[in-house]
Amino acid sequence: MQIKTGAAVFALVLLAAPWLFSSSLGLNLLTQIGIATIVCLSYNILLGQGGMLSFGHAIYSGLGAFAAIHALNAAVLPVSLVPIVGGMAGAGVALLLGWLTAQKSATTFAMVTLGLGELVAALAWLVPQVFGGEAGVSGNRVAGAAPFGITFGPQLQVYYLVAVYTLVCTALMFAFTLTPLGRMLNAVRDNPERVEFVGFDARRIRFMAVVIAGFFAGIGGGLAALNFETVTADVLGSQRSGAYLLFTFLGGSGHFFGPAVGAVLMVLAHVLLSGITKAWLLYVGLVFIAMVVWVPGGVVSLAGRLCWRDAPRYAAWTLAFTGFAAMVEMVYQLQLLAALGSQLRFLGLLLDATSGLSWAGAVAALGLGTLLGKRK
Amino acid sequence: MEFFTLSLLNGLSYGMVLFMLSAGLTLIFSLLGVLNLAHASFYMLGAYVAYSLSLVLGFWPALLLAPLLVGLVGAVFERFVLRRVNAHGPGRHKAEMLVTFGLATVLGELVQLAWGRGPVDYRVPETLAGPLFTLWGTPFPAYRAFMVLVALGMWLALWMLFTRSRTGLVVQAALTHPDAVQALGHNVPRIFMWVFGGGAALAGLAGVVGGNAFVTEPGMAATVGSVVFVVVVVGGMGSLAGALGASLLIGVLQTFAVGIDSLSRFAPLLPYLLLVLVLLVRPQGLWGRRAD
Repeated sequence: MQIKTGAAVFALVLLAAPWLFSSSLGLNLLTQIGIATIVCLSYNILLGQGGMLSFGHAIYSGLGAFAAIHALNAAVLPVSLVPIVGGMAGAGVALLLGWLTAQKSATTFAMVTLGLGELVAALAWLVPQVFGGEAGVSGNRVAGAAPFGITFGPQLQVYYLVAVYTLVCTALMFAFTLTPLGRMLNAVRDNPERVEFVGFDARRIRFMAVVIAGFFAGIGGGLAALNFETVTADVLGSQRSGAYLLFTFLGGSGHFFGPAVGAVLMVLAHVLLSGITKAWLLYVGLVFIAMVVWVPGGVVSLAGRLCWRDAPRYAAWTLAFTGFAAMVEMVYQLQLLAALGSQLRFLGLLLDATSGLSWAGAVAALGLGTLLGKRK
Repeated sequence: MEFFTLSLLNGLSYGMVLFMLSAGLTLIFSLLGVLNLAHASFYMLGAYVAYSLSLVLGFWPALLLAPLLVGLVGAVFERFVLRRVNAHGPGRHKAEMLVTFGLATVLGELVQLAWGRGPVDYRVPETLAGPLFTLWGTPFPAYRAFMVLVALGMWLALWMLFTRSRTGLVVQAALTHPDAVQALGHNVPRIFMWVFGGGAALAGLAGVVGGNAFVTEPGMAATVGSVVFVVVVVGGMGSLAGALGASLLIGVLQTFAVGIDSLSRFAPLLPYLLLVLVLLVRPQGLWGRRAD
């Protein structure tokens, strides 16, 4: 019952979202959030459900994107089915590489995925015929027949395509957690030795999880290829893999829907926050460290833990962080002093990076916030 | 012959820098069980700190001070962040890797905040700038020899510390029997803090020595980082001898590949291909003992 309600609510949110955010930026963000949701959920099959820390997930989403853009250009399939080609490519590559990575668990698994990620990313630059080198590969999604007048030209139509895929993929991945294989994957995460004693092959279970995760990541990549209509080798890079890890964890790897929250945060950070400040990755990194230490369950686990009694403490820490951020922004302003001058807007305040007063204010905010936050 | 000798010498000196990095990583991993993903970031930090110090004090004081400062940063991180993660119990190693991954992100950004986004002009000191000898008309830089010397000195010091000194004994005992060592009156958490700091200092030293031989720029951690992790897996997790062997192997292999025209395109791929090969043929690593 609960599951059905959850699914209905999720479907409704996907359906209604374009009415709430109807601007072109809003639609664009929503489309990217849908895609990121699929990829982050697929990443969490490894991280949350299998306890595998992968630093190479962008291989699967990225190669899926390349396969999809080539499929789009070959124009043999209806555009709406192109992301499935991406999924097949992701799963195919996972069959190949997953066999290598799944031999190992824990720490070695992490390092092997890191190495393979670099291998594939470096390979992509060597084969410009397939990966397009600097310029990447471009395509045109307004191609072929237009059933019911759907050309996928307007962003709204792409959004609804992504929404359908997001709904179906999320449902499938949720169903996966309920299957015997999904349960065994949890067992492999918690106690691989015991799994072996009961007669299961932990490596095989890990391997199958990698392939399934690769399939859904590939679908996400395929959708991204349709959305942007161009794919560059950046999508395979370690930074992309790192972002999936970071935001899946931030959202909450212990809960099925945690990565979806992480996906929202990921898109907002990459598109909006990076437009506001050059130091956005620094803030994300600091928040990430704080979360690993104090809130290992991610943002979704905060839902039951926040309480009004602690509100003054949260306010104090927010003040401290604001002070710190003000200092960071002023340092960046100092680097560009000659070009932009010393004044900058920070949260509506006019700061001057060369004035002692601004610095004193920032230091005071940091000090006072820390002092008050530490008091019980 | 000329190509062979020079490539071998260059490869060995590059391999020794890799070894300085992988030694610290191996040290932290085998003593604390923590895979420090920020290790290459400490290397980068070492290079940048040495650059700033060398502007004020000159290269030689920087050679000593920069690793110490980087080690201090590592120790502080262990004391105030990593140790709190340790308390969580199950899934501990995963959480530790995650937090060091976060540190790598933050250090990468802090370096750009402090020193800008472009490369800095960190140079080889005057006294070592010339050639050491000339082979078939091609000079071999004295600084390359100096790098090998520093790495060898570091290896010797590590070996002495762990096999010939009381401190090394206590550290090793603290790993296998923390409770007993604690009961004997040693402060085990503090030992762990200094081990982490020590590993970071070794990475910092590699940065001081490698930063001016190569390029000191914000991307240097990523460039060398993934290669160092390959070294550790290829050599065998937690094996210092393996780290040395794999470092030299990859250093020489890559240098030779760069020098041969038909192969130079594939040089960046070689470490990773070697990784795949080793995983297929000898999954525990070339010098590793136990399979996992």
